[in-house]
Amino acid sequence: MNAHTDNIAQYNFAYLDEQTKRMIRRAILKAIAIPGYQVPFASREMPMPYGWGTGGVQVTASVIGSDDVLKVIDQGADDTTNAVSIRAFFQKVANVAVTTHTSDATIIQTRHRIPEEPLKPGQVLVYQVPIPEPLRFLEPRETETRKMHALEEYGLMHVKLYEDIAQHGHIATTFAYPVKVEGRYVMDPSPTPKFDNPKMHMSKALQLFGAGREKRIYAVPPYTSVKSLDFEDHPFEIESWEHCCGLCGSTKSYLDEIVTDDAGGRLFVCSDTDYCNTRQEQGFQGPLNSEAAE
Amino acid sequence: MTLDSIAIEGGFQNPVFDAQTIFRAVMKAMAEPGTVHQGIALASPPAPMTPEAAAIAMALCDRDTPIWLDPALADDEAVRAWLAFHTGAPLANTPADAHFVFSADPEHLIGLENFSQGSQEYPDRSATLVLQVHDLSGGEELVLEGPGIESEARFAPHPLPRHFTRQWAQNHARFPRGIDLILVSREGLAALPRSTRIISQEA
Repeated sequence: MNAHTDNIAQYNFAYLDEQTKRMIRRAILKAIAIPGYQVPFASREMPMPYGWGTGGVQVTASVIGSDDVLKVIDQGADDTTNAVSIRAFFQKVANVAVTTHTSDATIIQTRHRIPEEPLKPGQVLVYQVPIPEPLRFLEPRETETRKMHALEEYGLMHVKLYEDIAQHGHIATTFAYPVKVEGRYVMDPSPTPKFDNPKMHMSKALQLFGAGREKRIYAVPPYTSVKSLDFEDHPFEIESWEHCCGLCGSTKSYLDEIVTDDAGGRLFVCSDTDYCNTRQEQGFQGPLNSEAAE
Repeated sequence: MTLDSIAIEGGFQNPVFDAQTIFRAVMKAMAEPGTVHQGIALASPPAPMTPEAAAIAMALCDRDTPIWLDPALADDEAVRAWLAFHTGAPLANTPADAHFVFSADPEHLIGLENFSQGSQEYPDRSATLVLQVHDLSGGEELVLEGPGIESEARFAPHPLPRHFTRQWAQNHARFPRGIDLILVSREGLAALPRSTRIISQEA
């Protein structure tokens, strides 16, 4: 280390000052006590732009301790820009152990996916949330959406889902699919694919949601009912694929479509890289791997 | 020891890490109502405040959170001075103004409806009560259900505020408004968020 870096200011553990952490911690406790309700908090400027997960980073920074093992994923992958930089951030400011294995992590910060491997009791899943208000695109005024939550007035959301059916013949919402938590609050699960919604229901892990720019924190405690909104004659369904994962052959995971050439060639692979790699290590092979072996 | 030095001594050994471990214990207790969490870092306040309650005050309270002390604590000048020095939190003029409430004598605590319940629009603007109980397993058993509990949870704190199950049913009925409870004893800490229902109390 040269003299210049030695002169750089030393930060508090996990970057945030203690006053800020206390404020965020109090908000987290209220969020857990009122599942699905969005608690306003005094979001801070972080050394990364809004939209890069500043809400999730602030929640993780307030929760994390020196014994924790952190995993960060972006669209399921441990090796994409957002995941790598947030992981490096916490290695630097909190000096914590990091992992890419879902089962080894005590805290998992995620952008837009829930790991395929079922979470365990005691794990904390921290979501990065861009727009925490599920009703925002239907009603732009915060004063009104707040009143709608207070009165449990969610008819507008059902109208939106109904209009999907009227236009497309089915509910065309595929991500940020609205859920009702413990029969009370309608909540935005963050822009996860609706494929992940059933994993939130009665999850063994604590789920915390942080929206930095919009200054909201909300939570779903373990073993809490999370129901995707639907209609009796149009029940909620998750995506399915005709393909299996090209690398590990899984038929149960969420697949990303990758265009491989200009001639219409494409490959479907697991979006959860840890799940896919673990399966390949266990000897599972997808069509692409077995072709290569032949 | 003079009053001044009593007020200054007895803080955390490692303020940053101790506050974090206590918060994590409280977070886990809130997320899993009725479970007891041990091994928290402790502070050393003047009696009748207990080390566990003081640790929670130091971890969560500051100048933004007015606190209300029950008469057993409020009458003790050393406790007031200690909290003022270590947390900087102002004392609330009335119970309804408090963000945090500390009680050393929960049996004689005023009714839960006297504390801030939050509003229907902002149910988070409500009080968190920290009750110092003798123990978390020696009282009448409470059977709990609700978010954070797989099927049911049991614990038996003692003593509790008068007519507790009835008061708690009313508190739960106000959901999403209502107060949240943290119970502390030498065994550790446990929590009852407003979302928890007490389904029975063993006679």
